[in-house]
Amino acid sequence: MNYSLTHIDRRRFVGLVGLGWMTSASSLLAAQTEQGGKLAQSIILLWLAGGPSQLETFDPHPDTEIAGGTKAIATSVKGIKLARGFEQLAEQMGQISLIRSVVSPEGDHERGSYLMKTGYRPDTTVEHPSIGAICCHELAVGKTEIPRHISILTSQWPSRGGFLGAEFDAFQVGDPTGELPDMIATAPPHRDQTRLSDLEVVERAFALRRRKLVNSTLHRETLNRARIMMDSAQLKAFDLSQEPKSVLAEYGATPFGRGCLAARRLIEVGVRCVEVTLGGWDSHVKNHDVHRNLVSQLDPAFAALVKDLARRGLLAQTVVACGGEFGRSPKINIAGGRDHWNNGYSLALAGGGLRGGQVVGATDPEGRKDPDRPTKIEDVHATILKAVGLDPTHENIAPVTGRPIKLSAGRPLDEMLKT
Amino acid sequence: MGIRDLVFLGVLVGGAGLLAASLRAPSIPKPLPVPIPVPVDPQKINEAFVRMRGGRAVEHAPPAAELAVFRRLSLALTGAGPSLEEIRRFESDPEGHRIDLTLDERLNDRRVADYMAERLSRVFVGTEDGPFIRFRRRRFVSWLGDAIHQNMPYDKIVQDMIADRGLWTDHPATNFITVTFDPVVEKPDPERLAARVARAFLGARIDCAQCHDHPFEPWKQTDFRGLAAFFGSVHADFRGVRETEPDYQPVDRKSKIATLVEPRFPFQPEIAPTKGTPRERLASWVVDRRNLDFARATTNRIWALMVGRPLVEPVDDLASVQELPEPLTLLADDFAANGYDLRRLIRLIVATDIYRSDSTQSSEGEISEEASPSWRSFPLSRLRPEQVAGSIYQSTSVTTLGPDSFWLARLTAYNGRNDFVKRYGDTGEDEFDGRGGTIPQRLLMMNGELVRDRIKDELFHAPNQIASLSPNDRLAVEVAYLSVLTRRPTPDEAEHFEGRLKGTDDRVRKDRLTDLYWTLLNASEFSWNH
Repeated sequence: MNYSLTHIDRRRFVGLVGLGWMTSASSLLAAQTEQGGKLAQSIILLWLAGGPSQLETFDPHPDTEIAGGTKAIATSVKGIKLARGFEQLAEQMGQISLIRSVVSPEGDHERGSYLMKTGYRPDTTVEHPSIGAICCHELAVGKTEIPRHISILTSQWPSRGGFLGAEFDAFQVGDPTGELPDMIATAPPHRDQTRLSDLEVVERAFALRRRKLVNSTLHRETLNRARIMMDSAQLKAFDLSQEPKSVLAEYGATPFGRGCLAARRLIEVGVRCVEVTLGGWDSHVKNHDVHRNLVSQLDPAFAALVKDLARRGLLAQTVVACGGEFGRSPKINIAGGRDHWNNGYSLALAGGGLRGGQVVGATDPEGRKDPDRPTKIEDVHATILKAVGLDPTHENIAPVTGRPIKLSAGRPLDEMLKT
Repeated sequence: MGIRDLVFLGVLVGGAGLLAASLRAPSIPKPLPVPIPVPVDPQKINEAFVRMRGGRAVEHAPPAAELAVFRRLSLALTGAGPSLEEIRRFESDPEGHRIDLTLDERLNDRRVADYMAERLSRVFVGTEDGPFIRFRRRRFVSWLGDAIHQNMPYDKIVQDMIADRGLWTDHPATNFITVTFDPVVEKPDPERLAARVARAFLGARIDCAQCHDHPFEPWKQTDFRGLAAFFGSVHADFRGVRETEPDYQPVDRKSKIATLVEPRFPFQPEIAPTKGTPRERLASWVVDRRNLDFARATTNRIWALMVGRPLVEPVDDLASVQELPEPLTLLADDFAANGYDLRRLIRLIVATDIYRSDSTQSSEGEISEEASPSWRSFPLSRLRPEQVAGSIYQSTSVTTLGPDSFWLARLTAYNGRNDFVKRYGDTGEDEFDGRGGTIPQRLLMMNGELVRDRIKDELFHAPNQIASLSPNDRLAVEVAYLSVLTRRPTPDEAEHFEGRLKGTDDRVRKDRLTDLYWTLLNASEFSWNH
């Protein structure tokens, strides 16, 4: 069975289990996106779990008290500086924009992660889908045989499908050097085939007088999709041994570097959203040491990803977003650490037809005043959604409660979008 | 030969004897013990279901086979399908009485109390680990398991959770309070507690009213804050959970001024006692028989645990439904009138026609496009991860796993199961949503370590034992079906799989039985309650 379902087929399947809340408007929009080829089609989220310090990354304030000695370097864009350690990313600055004034109401890791990934604050009455799940739900399926939402080096709170359904949860994988789990049949081929064909015998008995009910479970469809994935040549996207050594070296010989390279390979085969996690930023103790180590992994990987995507002509079709659940306090505590800070921290965005070399907002060099042009997370979400051709105000109906929920409650940041 | 080897051999011989006994069909039925009366004539509830479906004219499913009902019961009460040993015992009881007899036995089984405590704890304290030090999940679950095992009246259990004082280690019920402990202000969170009380005990999702009045909801912000204020004076420090000065002071959205809010009952204030701490008064009010919401919310929840789908969806939001289904109100009335006896409620649910009806459709006509069950037949529902894991373990072991079984088997069951549950993907608190399965789940079932290890050629595992010990192909196939799917093969299935075994011996036969197990474990039928 060929299981490359069209969007309409998928709607029908989903409708059968009573989740028929997708609208044709989104499918139409998605179809245009597919044909037009102008808009971005994929998102790569470089997730810095734990909350990186803006001061040691994208928003240095050198020679101030709050810098605590952190130096800044010039970049290829006049006037934009990055913290020392981002020498490679600095060269790509023309492709990258920074938002330095993100404000969030959440200062807790789990709640902050939820807000950053979904664009909504946690709400006990509904579980919102993450932005990757939204893109998979709204955009056309194409010829992808492997899950279209993938999380590499998954953190504690991976991206979820929320009310869109568990089928939109990110498919979780580890360091791309290892084999993907559960992808190889446990019996030799002839026995594996017998097992599968024998399955039909058992399914037939169960479907007797409950055919439609059994169909509505989607069990067989899901199993078929899993089989297609097991046999898919697209799984090679995870196999980094096919890349030249020089490319591997460019990304850095770290799990995160390999994850970023795998992300590029995955979007090449049509995956909609890849989340690559670099954790450990929660630097309540020895902030500078923690950041020095992590920045040395982030810098080559992020820079190589942007450069590689551009080289392959994929950058315009791919939004790369980099950030964590919040920033870190301007004040350095007695343990040489920085604590949680959600009033003015940074995110980096690149590609996807977004303008590069821009800076939105600014923080106070003394760390006292509120940031200029405070930017909400939902506005960043709306911007990314618009970049992939989706209307942020489009609503999906949450099942059970029947509440209409916008793809994003925010408004796109016009200065980031090329019009 | 070491002691370990001796133990190993002992278990091996014992297991083989038991299996040999289990493989033989039961002979003489046990004498019928004094029948235990069903507490209330369930006929009224059945009639209410008929009215709900639209009268007698609407066709509904025929009665299910007793084994099919046994599987449902076992999954709901112990988190796994029945073992072959249990099936043999079940079938040795007289036909027509098996369900009632096994239910009586199960309701006194410690495994059932433990499993129900796990399921209900998700409702009371959520699924997350909660604040370190001040929250002891294991203590809470085992306290709840003890209470259920002793058949403590449900109102008493709930009163303890809301109003108990002391250290969360000595008074485990107080973990209901401490799980909401907010490290920033260093006290339990009154608003989270109010939301929890409303959802878990009153069947109302009033969280929306936390921020503003909702135009179509009966609950207003003042109701929410009035309820939260009952927890406004509770502290949790080294002296345990206790009351101090009230200081619940939410900020008014308009005036931006923090104001002290007094405890206030959202409705029926006249049924509340005037004495006691705020939490004691709230607890008495919640469980009062005149507060119908309590019994109804609980009944909907227990129905969902037993059947797989609630009568009102979502399971914790009865407040938004215009008219509650009549069967729910009848069951709830019985529950309240009989001292909130959980066992009695479970018996009554199991006694209904719908619980004992088949999951087939009466005709191949249109099935509803709605997510909600039609209640013309027993609904299909996806098994929870631990039910799948538990059933994998149970079906590949001939003897019954549980508190009484060999400790090693239990230990592996516990450890392996948790990893599997994590990989399979927990559904969180909101678990009765009728969703289908996922690709990672299918990959895990087809190719994952747990299934591979449990069906491979090893001495303790059922495929191996069946291959070695079953006297003929027919019984080998039948035992595999009973163990995994709790039913006998259809004639087509029997013919097909007996053909696979025919003329094989030793190595090949073991492989074929391993393959049969794999096939049965990967069937829709295995992963769904039906």
